[in-house]
Amino acid sequence: MTKNILLVGVGGQGTILTSKILSRGFMEQGYDVKMSEIHGMSQRGGTVTTQIRFGETVYSPVIETGTADIIVAFEKSEALRYLHYLKKDGILVVNDYEIQPVTVAIGAETYPEGLLESYKETVEKTYVIDAFHQAEALGSTKAMNIVLLGALVRMLDLTDIDWKKLVSEEVPPKAVEMNLKAFEAGFEVK
Amino acid sequence: MTGDEAIARGAYEAGALVGSAYPGTPSTEIMENYAKYDGIYAEWAVNEKVACEVAAGASTRGVRAFASMKHVGLNVAADAFTSFSYHHINGGFVLISADEPGMHSSQDEQDNRHYAVLAKTAMLEPADSAECLSFMKEAFSISETYNTPVLLRVTTRICHSKSLVETSEREIPPFGTFEKDIRQMLMVPANARLRHPFIEETRLPALRKLSNEGPFNKIQFFDKKIGVIANGVGYQYAREVLGERASYLKIGMSYPMPDELIRAFAKEVDTLYVVEEGDSFMEDFVKQLGIACHGKDLLPLCGEYSPELVRKAILGETEPAAYAIEGKHAPSRPPVLCAGCPHRGLFFELGKYRDKAYFSGDIGCYSLGALPPLSAHDSLICMGGAITMAHGFEKATKISGIDTFTKTFSILGDSTFFHSGITGLVNAVYNKAHITMIILDNRTTGMTGHQENPGTGRTVMGEEAPQVDLEALCLACGVKRENLVVCDPYDLKATAEALKKGYEAQEPFVIITKRACALLKPVVKERAKLKCKVNADLCRSCKLCLKSGCPALRLDEKVSIDPESCNGCNICAQICPFGAIERSGN
Repeated sequence: MTKNILLVGVGGQGTILTSKILSRGFMEQGYDVKMSEIHGMSQRGGTVTTQIRFGETVYSPVIETGTADIIVAFEKSEALRYLHYLKKDGILVVNDYEIQPVTVAIGAETYPEGLLESYKETVEKTYVIDAFHQAEALGSTKAMNIVLLGALVRMLDLTDIDWKKLVSEEVPPKAVEMNLKAFEAGFEVK
Repeated sequence: MTGDEAIARGAYEAGALVGSAYPGTPSTEIMENYAKYDGIYAEWAVNEKVACEVAAGASTRGVRAFASMKHVGLNVAADAFTSFSYHHINGGFVLISADEPGMHSSQDEQDNRHYAVLAKTAMLEPADSAECLSFMKEAFSISETYNTPVLLRVTTRICHSKSLVETSEREIPPFGTFEKDIRQMLMVPANARLRHPFIEETRLPALRKLSNEGPFNKIQFFDKKIGVIANGVGYQYAREVLGERASYLKIGMSYPMPDELIRAFAKEVDTLYVVEEGDSFMEDFVKQLGIACHGKDLLPLCGEYSPELVRKAILGETEPAAYAIEGKHAPSRPPVLCAGCPHRGLFFELGKYRDKAYFSGDIGCYSLGALPPLSAHDSLICMGGAITMAHGFEKATKISGIDTFTKTFSILGDSTFFHSGITGLVNAVYNKAHITMIILDNRTTGMTGHQENPGTGRTVMGEEAPQVDLEALCLACGVKRENLVVCDPYDLKATAEALKKGYEAQEPFVIITKRACALLKPVVKERAKLKCKVNADLCRSCKLCLKSGCPALRLDEKVSIDPESCNGCNICAQICPFGAIERSGN
């Protein structure tokens, strides 16, 4: 049975590194894996999605709407944009972190309020994580993505894979220790 | 591997020794990855036509060579590509066209499969990374065996999706022998007339046989009520959604199309569907064979496909979303110029001429200067079009006597200027266009992720290279010294003065804004400690600073600046009339 993971966020939040670690893990476990991302203009503050699908044989590199097993929103309003991808009883992990788009800063649009409550009311399996402050406490807010990776691995119960080894190999050498702590912090989240 | 990485690997394994490309989403990573291998020559060409010709020259020498580009790049290279089709092929020649259904980072979604028809070449279309690798290798053999250029056509989802591949050792085949023979390689009319019948009577029939009998087009029979003819990622969507509820004719070689296979397949299935992103390329062919099929009557011509779209079209099924939150919408998040982007300073000042000048824009990060609040672009069509469009606009203003927008500015970046802006500059000077040409020199090719170019002093292989001197080049093209200003776009006063001179100029005028891209690694390092901060006591919430459109600025009751993304460019501080923004970290 193919599993579908959808990561959503804003350019520069590290979704691509997270998905790289995930797909390496699944590949080394012997699964067929496909991952799809859109680059280009997304580096520049635009919305970013990365999709990972793994299973016995995977054809489509992208997830069909209504079939994601889990959505991890690196920015809290981005979950709203992609909620229709979540399957019934799917898991929603939301980073309690707001990046104000320029459209809101210049007053052309408003940032929705009470989002976390709405998510909790709508999706039973909603988990809110303060990855920003957890990463900040560990020394760099850049490790936010690895906190979220830890949470994702825990939620999907993907404990057969040596994620810490993969994290160590994929992050810059100087940041290994901090990122391992970030992974653990995410993994502890309930 | 991504499709792009796999294409690079395929070229390497096939023994291709020369690769030339101009960066363009989603093709850029092909050359970036190819350049990492040993024993090859890779380069960033100044444009796609050059890339195609460099590869054609290498092929003529007798070595395998390729050029890669995004779809619109092939428009630039088309002259070389279509003519090289008549030319004798010595070493295998492959041109990779990366098309962009959905236009994630492009100005159109043209379907470059038509170029194979136009140039009368073989065309392969891989559907995942494993096929990117194997088809790339096969493409070189086809090129040599059938004496044809090969068009390897991919799309964004193929280029940027990762899937498993198996690599093998590199094998360099014997080089072709270059023998002087102008009848086959000098394409003047007398010789080209001899080559054309070869293409029509020998090459294309042989390729059609390969398309029918070769390994690229395959029939898979399951349930025969539904038959699907599909290529590329469309095949993957159909296969995923329909599983064994349908039979498939998977098209991996789409020019020439496999007429016999299509007839054989159509005979066996009840209802035939063609699933292809882009134009009705395959569908039209099927219908020309007199075979009824569904295609664009059910599936769109515009945009990218998706599994749900294919499900709805063929099975008529739509699943309502499991979850929805009524009354709440995610705020739109268009891409914006980065915090600290040097282009911002120029656009902030240029925008002040909005009501009296026409801004002719071009392709690059700076196209984002079109969006509010900067709103400093009025039009753009293609690479290098800024100067020439401005020229035409100015000439028409003058000859018609129309008295609005009487000044024209053209805006293009350094890499785009090298690509195809120089000819426009020469044309403007020669034809006395009284336009002001702004070259945004940020010392890199920014939009596609920092590729080297003739101004950066480095090549794609990491070697040092001579740097083109933009000022000297403009002067050599005939721009007068007094009509050339270089300014730092982080300095708003200097930028405003340059624009004022440009606005008042009555001759071809050039402004070069010189400041390295804020995301270049050495720049990030150098400016790591520079931060701007709002003094809340002095801030009167006038929101003028927000007119810079900087994403580091945030508005709550008062403005604040995100220290993570701010690089202390100081543009907002120069805008603030109350001195409420201070820079620290000098």
